Formats: sequence, structure tokens, C-alpha cells
Amino acid sequence: MTTIEKNSVGLIFEHSKRGRRGYRLPALDVPETDALPASLMRSEIADEVEVSEVDVIRHFTRLSKLNVSIDAGLYPLGSCTMKHNPRLNEEIARTPGFALSHPLQPDHQVQGNLSLLWHIEQTLMEIFGMPRVTLQPVAGAHGELTGILMVHKALAKSGNARKYILIPDSAHGTNPASAAFAGYQIKELKSNSRGTVDIDTLAAAVTEDVAALMITVPNTLGVFESDIKRFADILHEKGAYLYCDGANLNSFVGIARPGDMGIDVIHSNLHKTFSTPHGGGGPGAGPVGVSKKLVPFLPTPTVERREDGTFYLDHSHPDSIGRVRAFNGNFNVLVRALTYMRSMGPDGLRRIAQIAVLNANYIRARLRGSYHLPYDAPSLHEVVFSDKLQTAKDVHTLDIAKRLMDYGFHPPTIYFPLIVAGALMIEPTESEPKEELDAFCDAMIAIARECEERPELVRSAPHTTPVRRLDEARAARQPILRWKR
Amino acid sequence: MPLPDPLTDQHRYISNASQDVQEMLETIGVDSIDRLFETIPDDVKLKELLDIPGPWSEIESRRWFRALASTNKTAVDHLSFLGGGSYLHYQPACIDQLLLRAEFLTSYTPYQPEVSQGTLQSIFEYQTHQCLLTGLDVANASLYDGSTGLCEAVLLAERVVRNRKKVVIAKSVHPQYTETVRTYIQNLGYEIVEVGWTDDGRIDTAALREACTNEVFAVAVQSPNFLGVIEDYDAVAEIANAAGAVKIAVIAEATSLGILTPPGEHGFDIAVGEGQAWGIPTQYGGPFVGFMVVKDALKRHMPGRLVGETVDVDGRRAYVLTLATREQHIRRGKATSNICTNEALIALAANIYLSLMGKAGLREVGQQCVQKAAYLRNKLHNTASIELPFDGPVYNEFVVRTPFPAAQILADLEHEKILGGIPLGQFYDGHDNDFLVAVTELHTREHLDQFVSALTSAVSS
Repeated sequence: MTTIEKNSVGLIFEHSKRGRRGYRLPALDVPETDALPASLMRSEIADEVEVSEVDVIRHFTRLSKLNVSIDAGLYPLGSCTMKHNPRLNEEIARTPGFALSHPLQPDHQVQGNLSLLWHIEQTLMEIFGMPRVTLQPVAGAHGELTGILMVHKALAKSGNARKYILIPDSAHGTNPASAAFAGYQIKELKSNSRGTVDIDTLAAAVTEDVAALMITVPNTLGVFESDIKRFADILHEKGAYLYCDGANLNSFVGIARPGDMGIDVIHSNLHKTFSTPHGGGGPGAGPVGVSKKLVPFLPTPTVERREDGTFYLDHSHPDSIGRVRAFNGNFNVLVRALTYMRSMGPDGLRRIAQIAVLNANYIRARLRGSYHLPYDAPSLHEVVFSDKLQTAKDVHTLDIAKRLMDYGFHPPTIYFPLIVAGALMIEPTESEPKEELDAFCDAMIAIARECEERPELVRSAPHTTPVRRLDEARAARQPILRWKR
Repeated sequence: MPLPDPLTDQHRYISNASQDVQEMLETIGVDSIDRLFETIPDDVKLKELLDIPGPWSEIESRRWFRALASTNKTAVDHLSFLGGGSYLHYQPACIDQLLLRAEFLTSYTPYQPEVSQGTLQSIFEYQTHQCLLTGLDVANASLYDGSTGLCEAVLLAERVVRNRKKVVIAKSVHPQYTETVRTYIQNLGYEIVEVGWTDDGRIDTAALREACTNEVFAVAVQSPNFLGVIEDYDAVAEIANAAGAVKIAVIAEATSLGILTPPGEHGFDIAVGEGQAWGIPTQYGGPFVGFMVVKDALKRHMPGRLVGETVDVDGRRAYVLTLATREQHIRRGKATSNICTNEALIALAANIYLSLMGKAGLREVGQQCVQKAAYLRNKLHNTASIELPFDGPVYNEFVVRTPFPAAQILADLEHEKILGGIPLGQFYDGHDNDFLVAVTELHTREHLDQFVSALTSAVSS
């Protein structure tokens, strides 16, 4: 991020001038009739835009230059896995046979699509070490809801859906939200001094009322729950389930498999581990793998292969939780993810985890000393520092994050996980070359020095971005949520 | 396959090679990458490589995926009349070109507004388009799609009304949307009451009146509905108002908003729907983009992200995610929704489409859809053995009935390289001879005539 423009891009609505056009349609070639009564038709859409194609291209190109992106450099948002997005994936997703296929076409017309869905399910089954995977969920949180609904249904079928989901205090906010919408109350588990869950804490919490433990592996500190198999045993003994938030799968893909750890349900964010572009906040995909006892409860339809090698959508699952979205999931995100899995292959997938963990530990080693490390346990793909050393000079995490922008880097995730005061959560991914990691670490170390020597410079950052710090309180107090003339 | 040595195995998407790895290990102070994984117990570690294909070169990938895509029978080489919540409209060339700009494609959720103004401003513009089109006050940054959008609308309505247990959903709402709502609410203690249609294909208002007891917290209708018929918003609103229920309008064909009176003008509280028709490929159902627009009074109950305008310390206008105390990362188990990742890039595509087409284009697309559908209906109306069972007003989609099973007729059309419609029998009992036909501005008069003659010969053979 070197050349970023000052924000002088007006709203598209402000570029509008009467009579401008950005399109042309073929002339209407059927006789015009009074097909609809006037009462059903609206008058002109007041204030809608009138601009030319040139205006549109200029506007959005200028807007784009106000963003930083992974293509421009390190984007170390912790738990977001901002990795390189291969352009082959984009090309393949645009293959007309995929892009122009329609979601309600009968199976015989879309054998290519069904085959692709079958192949990605097979691949994820092998990666997860699980017997089935649903491809319907379109985001991580959507996968969480799907997974917990399955747990609920399975328990209800055996007589008691139970009341509680256990969630560690280090969890993503989507976990408790998803569990609540699936019909459960939340019980929070306190982390121990390593930031992980104690066997004893868990054992005491797992009563006959507990439906599942929802846990992120490795957790949001990047620390692997080494007791995970024993967690599974404790839960299974009491008839409860082990749910794994797979947001951090990038750290152990190809190294170990959730299914082998006793995990019953896992969702994976394909826009994280499997490189589909984040697109400024989506689209994603959140396939969910399940253990054998949850297979009957998978969303419908599933993709099945007949003995003759043809494929079909199977709606006949009487115990299914039902459909979690219209149509067939984010199909064209799945296309991109499968393209990536094939490009990587088994050795490439394993290497992802190895280099992602190496990169994060390299940052950890280099920044140690300059920043406080609140949890000293060995971490995998991300590392969480805090602002403890800097608060003495009244410089805080937010300031450090903003100052990083002046050095040309997107900041890490900040103030999360909640168990760390002033958290700086850094996830470099495997994509970053050593030079980029060094430049980032040099910047972080320089900022630590500035905090000592010129704290005001850091507190007033950023200085070089298109806009400087925003009045966020004003945005919330007097919300302006749309343009008006 | 045995595990490879991480120092020698290289991959084109990973920069760090053996020399970098050696240097980094030295800085870290360990002698191998494996040492970094010691917290993962040995008994769960894989002893061999995963059993999956690859690694493939681009050449091999292109070969395999293109071969797969070519086995699909699609609008690439067929004349398509498929709709049912996913429509093939004109896609301006510059949308995809702009989506491929790395700054949009490869950035993430604009948590850091100083370096994300491009995404934030675009969402603000998108929100504005949604308000103008639906006639309502506040739009969010996007939801997954129309079906999950309806789920969120139902949940929102319950939060507002409270202590009521029933939601009325017209049977002519997209059946997969209703099915999705059923899944979402299965453990929340609410009940769905479905209300059917009358001969014109519009909701049965007598049955609706009967269903709207004081137990009902929301009424949801789709317009144009799944049968293609435009609902009478005023009649529905009057009945829902009498029950004190939240009025939800579902829009599965977004281009209809270019020409039909919007739900906001009829007093609806929530407009929710599918934005795919705004220049997004049908791509087998996703990614699409859900939109939700509500009355101002409901904004603090809204699910998902909202972008608002503010100023920076120098007084410059700027945009930022706001009212975040509704959301899961703050409110956790008590959030208005669990949604985090949404469909930002598709919302950007919609914003570009809406800007390019603009005031005149949105109307012209709507106009062409209406006129071409009317032309086709008129032709079919005068054809023996072909019936148009619903005579209510339509936008660009309608039901065709013949004396034969729809699957059989559509198979005949497929033989003529026409994807003729969507059989209704898979959604509604007793409709095995019916199918849905959608027309857009992409169809020429010749296409429509071709459809009529192919269908005529199918029913007469």
C-alpha cells in the first residue's frame, strides 16, 4: 500500500446528471400493449442515478483505490486467514457451463455441477476425516447454525434436546449467536492460564443438560487444545457432542484430521483455508462435516452417486433438519475452492499449514520483547500480543493498529479475543514471503520505539491514509445510513 | 504416500522456500518445522499424506474443470426460460471487470475504515439504491440470499412484536424460502401458517383474514409471487394491520422493482429479497445477494452490517460500520443475528449494475420484461391445449398448463434446445401438468415465437 488516494470520490448519486446513460438495450421488438394496470406501476424512481459507463468505471476505479488488499501486501487479520487468492480459481468459476447453469435445472442437465459437488464433498471428507459433508451453508456462521441444529435434532430424536451449549470465553461471537438461534442457552467456560480449556473445568461443566461443547481448534490465541480427544471422551460419555469451529483449519490441514480427534461436527470457512476471495466481506462458504451419528440429520438435499457413475440430488432424508438455504449453496465459491484443492494437492495442503505456522512463529519470535505476549503457550498459525508495554505511555492497541497503516500494512485483528486486554491478533498465513514478514516486523518494532519516543505521533495516527480517524460515535448517535438529496 | 520433507517440497502459491525456512527456523530457535507442531498429540497426527488428487498445474485444472462444465446443458447453448427465483438478465461487461479489481476482490470486511473507504462507500451507495427501489428507509449491507433474508425478516418481526407465536407465509412465497424458514425456526417455538391462492393466483384474502389472529406476529407475501402473479399489497397490508402484524414483502425478482410500485409505498414494514436479477450470473444458485430494507423505526433490530456516514478528525466525509451493538461480535448470544460474513462482493456487483442501468435502464428492463411476457402469454393464450391457469397481473413469469405431465413436455422442448421452464409439481401437489416460464429482456421476438411453436408441437404430438 503505497499510493492511496485522498478521499475525494463523491457518491455515485452526486455524479448523476439528467440525460446521461450507462447502458443500451435492443429496441423492444414486440408490440407494446397496456399489459399492466397503471395502479401497479411506479412513477420514475426519484433520485436514481443517471451516469455514463465512463462515469461508472471512473467512480468504482477511484473507490477501489481507497482500499488496501491482500494483492498489495500483508493483511494480517487474525482468524481471517487472508491468503493469496489464485486467479485460476476466478477463471474456472467463470467457465460459462458453470456460470450460466440454473439452480432449478433437473439433475440430468447438470451432471457436471453435481459431479463437482460430489468431488468437493469427497475431498472435504478426506480432509476432515469424516463420513459426510454438507455443502449448503454459505458462511461460517451459517455452518455453525446448521451444525448445532443437527446436534439439536439428534438429541431430540433420542428423547431430550437438552438446554446448554458450552462455549469457551475465547470464542468468536458467532458461536454463541448461532447456538442461541438453534434454540440453546449458552454457558461460558473460563480459559486457564494457557488460554485453553482445562479438562477439569470441562468435566465439571458437562451435565446431562449439556448438548455440546463448541470450541475453536486451535483456539483464537492460536493455541492447540492438546486434550481435544479427552474432551471428546468426556462429552460422548454424557451423550453430548463436540462441535469444532474450523475457522483455524489452515493451521493443521493435512497434519491432523478433526474426525480422528473425536470431533462430531466441524465447519470450514472456504474463504479462509481454501483461498476463495473475501471480496470485502463475502461471499464465503461454510461446509459442515459430521460424524456417523449425525449423518441422518444433514440438510437436504444431498448429492449422491449412482453405480453407473451418474449423480443426483437426494431429498429423501426423513430425519434431516431441512434445507438451510434456497438452491445449492454458494456453488461458484465451491468451484473456486475445489480448484484450489486440486492446485495444492495433498502435499500442498500440508505445506500450507507448515508454512502458515512457521510464518506466525517467526513474527512471534521477532516481536517478542517489543510487545507483551499475554499467553506464552506455543501457538500455531497466529500470535496474540497485547499493548501492555505501551499503555505506560498511554498508547493503546487502536493507536498501534492505526500507525501500522502509515507503514503500509493493514492492521491485525484488534481487541479480540476478549480474554486479552488490548489484543493484537496477527495471522500472516503461508502466502507471505520472509521479506514481507520482515518489513512488517520492522514496522511493528519501529512503532514500539515511537511509542516510547514520540507517543503523540502514534496516538494521532494514521497520517497518510485517504481519511484519518473517524468519529465513530457520531455515526452511531446520529445514524446517516443512506444518501439523500 | 509418505510424508514429504517440508524443506524441499515447493508450491507456486507459497513463497518461502528452503533457504527462507532455514533462516526463519534459526530466528525462532527450533531445528525443524515439526517442532512447531508439538502441541498436536502424536496419536492424532497423520502418518501419511491425504488421499486426494493433485497437485495439478493450471493446464491440468483447466482440462478437468472445463470438461466437467461442458457436460452441463445450460443457457450457453440452449434457449432458456428458467426463473423461479434465479433469472438470466443482461450482465453489463464492466461489472465483472470491476469486480476483478484486486482492491475489491481481495480485501476483507472493512473493520479498519481508514484503509477500506472503497468498500464502505460502495456499501453506503448500495444501501441507498435499496432504499430508493423499495420505498423504505434503512437497508443493510447484504444478507446471504433471499431465502435466509426471509428467515432474518421473520426473526426481526418477532423481536419487534414479541409474545406471539405465528407467522403467516403465503403459499406462493418461493417454496424453498419457506422451507428455509421452517429450518431456521424449528427450535424457537414459532409456527408457520400457510395461506393459499385464488383463481387469479393472488393470495386468498378471505383465508388470510381468517389466519390473521392476534397470535400472528408477521405476514409475508412475495410479489411477483412464485406463480409470477403480482400481489395486491394494499389488500394484504389492511388485513395484517388489523392483526397488528409486521408486514413483510418478499421480492425474488429484483428487476421488478424498476417498474412495479414498491412495498414501501403500500405501508410494508420490511422488504426482503434476492438481488441476483441485478446482473448476477445464475451460477447454479450462488453466490447471490440477499437484501433487506426496513422502516426507520426498525433499524436497531436489523440483522447484519450497516454502513453509516460520519467525518474524520479533519472534518472530511467518510463511511464506517455502525450500530454494531446489534451484532454478534459485540452482543454475542443476544445479537440480532449470527451473520458475520455476508455477500459484499455481490452487493458491489448489484451497486455497479444499478448505477449503470440507472433511472432509465431499470425502468426499461422492467418495461421489456412486462411487454415480452405479455406477448408470449398472448400467443400461448390463443393456442389449443395450452392454458394459462392464473389470470392475475404478471411481471415476467407465469404458469403454463398443458394436458400432459410437465416433465414430458419439457423433455420435448429440451430436444429442441429449449430449457422451457420449471415443473411446478415438485413444489405443489396437484400441479404435475404445470410449469413456470420466465421471460427477460434477453429474449427476442424470434425466441418467443420459437418457444410457442416448439410448445405447440409438443402438445399436439
